[in-house]
Amino acid sequence: MPLIIEMFSFSFLVRAIVVGLLVSLCAALLGVNLVLKRYAMIGTGLSHVGFAAMVIAGVIDFAPVPFSLPVVVAAAFLLLRMNESSKIKGDSAVALVSTSSMAIGVIVMGMTTGITLHICNVMFGSIFAMTQSDMYISVALSVVVICLFVLFYKQLFAVTYDESFAKATGTKVEIYKSLLAILTAVTVVLGMRMMGALLIASLTIFPALSAMRLCKRFLSVVITSAVISVVCFFVGMVLSFGLDLPPGACIVGVNLIVFTVFSGIAFVRKKGIA
Amino acid sequence: MALITCRDAAFAYEGRVVVTGLNFDVQQGNYLCIVGENGSGKTTLMKGLLGLMQPKSGKIETGDGLKSTQIGYLPQQTSAQKDFPASVYEVVISGRLGSRGILPFYSKLDKQIALENMEKLGILPLRKKSFRELSGGQQQRVLLSRALCATEKVLLLDEPVSGLDPIVTAEFYSTIRALSRDTGITIIMISHDIRAAVEYASHILHLQNRQIFFGTTEDYVQSEAGQYFLKGGDHYASDH
Ligand SMILES: Nc1ncnc2c1ncn2[C@@H]1O[C@H](COP(=O)(O)OP(=O)(O)OP(=O)(O)O)[C@@H](O)[C@H]1O
Ligand SMILES: [Mg+2]
Repeated sequence: MPLIIEMFSFSFLVRAIVVGLLVSLCAALLGVNLVLKRYAMIGTGLSHVGFAAMVIAGVIDFAPVPFSLPVVVAAAFLLLRMNESSKIKGDSAVALVSTSSMAIGVIVMGMTTGITLHICNVMFGSIFAMTQSDMYISVALSVVVICLFVLFYKQLFAVTYDESFAKATGTKVEIYKSLLAILTAVTVVLGMRMMGALLIASLTIFPALSAMRLCKRFLSVVITSAVISVVCFFVGMVLSFGLDLPPGACIVGVNLIVFTVFSGIAFVRKKGIA
Repeated sequence: MALITCRDAAFAYEGRVVVTGLNFDVQQGNYLCIVGENGSGKTTLMKGLLGLMQPKSGKIETGDGLKSTQIGYLPQQTSAQKDFPASVYEVVISGRLGSRGILPFYSKLDKQIALENMEKLGILPLRKKSFRELSGGQQQRVLLSRALCATEKVLLLDEPVSGLDPIVTAEFYSTIRALSRDTGITIIMISHDIRAAVEYASHILHLQNRQIFFGTTEDYVQSEAGQYFLKGGDHYASDH
């Protein structure tokens, strides 16, 4: 308890926690749709594109969030198109984009000297990264993401559950698939500062997968996923502060534990509680 | 003006034509049954009517201000994943999306319509259950309720009674007949149940990778194709 009180005495930590909680919430909500629509790879792909964008923003000394946002949103559209075009080539295309952006990032990094610390932050996240203005942008954008998710919840469900039925009965499925991709892009950019490019994708996948172990209804999966994500984020942050470890890795670690526990419970249930 | 008009339409998968010579029209209030053996192109045509597939040649026109949000649809095989976590109620009410449109959440009316349609097909007690844990026939009834929820003018059904037990099948046919009579909703149904087709439908479309017959049911039972098919013969076209 004193540890938590101590955490709240640092203004940079308070900023990180506020933004992190909102981003975790966004990631968990969208993650359910991403996982069920087999779009999980898009989250991973986007985080790699985000990595390159952040590195370049650092090198040209431009504000990272405003710089990365349009780049990653554009990549989201591209990945969506590639994913649609043909099923088998789709995920290799995503891998292609991921590795290419990773390479571009590393090359740009190699051409400039003296920013090694910055790169480490981009890869693995840092809680010091959040400035006051970053925080305002991040809070505003995550609130927009959450509102759009709630407003278009039923469309996102329909498009995820049965796209051809939705299309046949007059829903503009392309619009909602693009919406899903854009919201994911925004969430990835916002979350990357703290979680790091390497770990942000897991924030969209883990809570949804854990929730799906136990829940049988879509709404309960969404709510459980949101709760898991927020709780794991907070516990991960406390551990990160207490043990002086990178926050992203701690949060993913806690998520992994939750996933394992939930899987265990699901297994026991399936066996009919002996 | 007809609700749906098909003019010389043909459909193909990757350049391979699977059904051709489609010339027919569907008027408001018609009850059309599409018959034909396996692989004769019935589902393909239905996808065309729904706008999920474009004709390779020819045209499909809609009239009378028919919008896709007024269409209900029961797929032969749902494209939804087997292990999707969704309750029966969530699946059924998603049929209301087209008419609800951009407005957030579902209205009281939407919820009421969903409950009524579940009641009609006897799945109201299952509404909180997980869709993936139902039997095949129960799942079929859930998807039928969803289709009914979406229907305002036209209901397209691809083999709706497959997997249903005889009692539910009979109830289902009378539900559809009542819907067609009382509300003037247009029914387009693919069916292998040829006897039920000639009993209930106003029009028959017989396919065999091309259009063999289109006309009223009275004319169909008199026609060569109809006589042959009703006797239980299969390869009408290839035998002639
Ligand atoms: N996605 C697809 N890709 C390629 N060919 C297809 C595809 N779907 C159907 N076909 C082919 O098109 C032809 C017509 O198929 P369709 O599904 O329309 O038949 P059907 O009349 O609905 O048959 P059934 O009574 O078995 O449902 C078949 O020869 C089938 O092999
Ligand atoms: Mg078929």
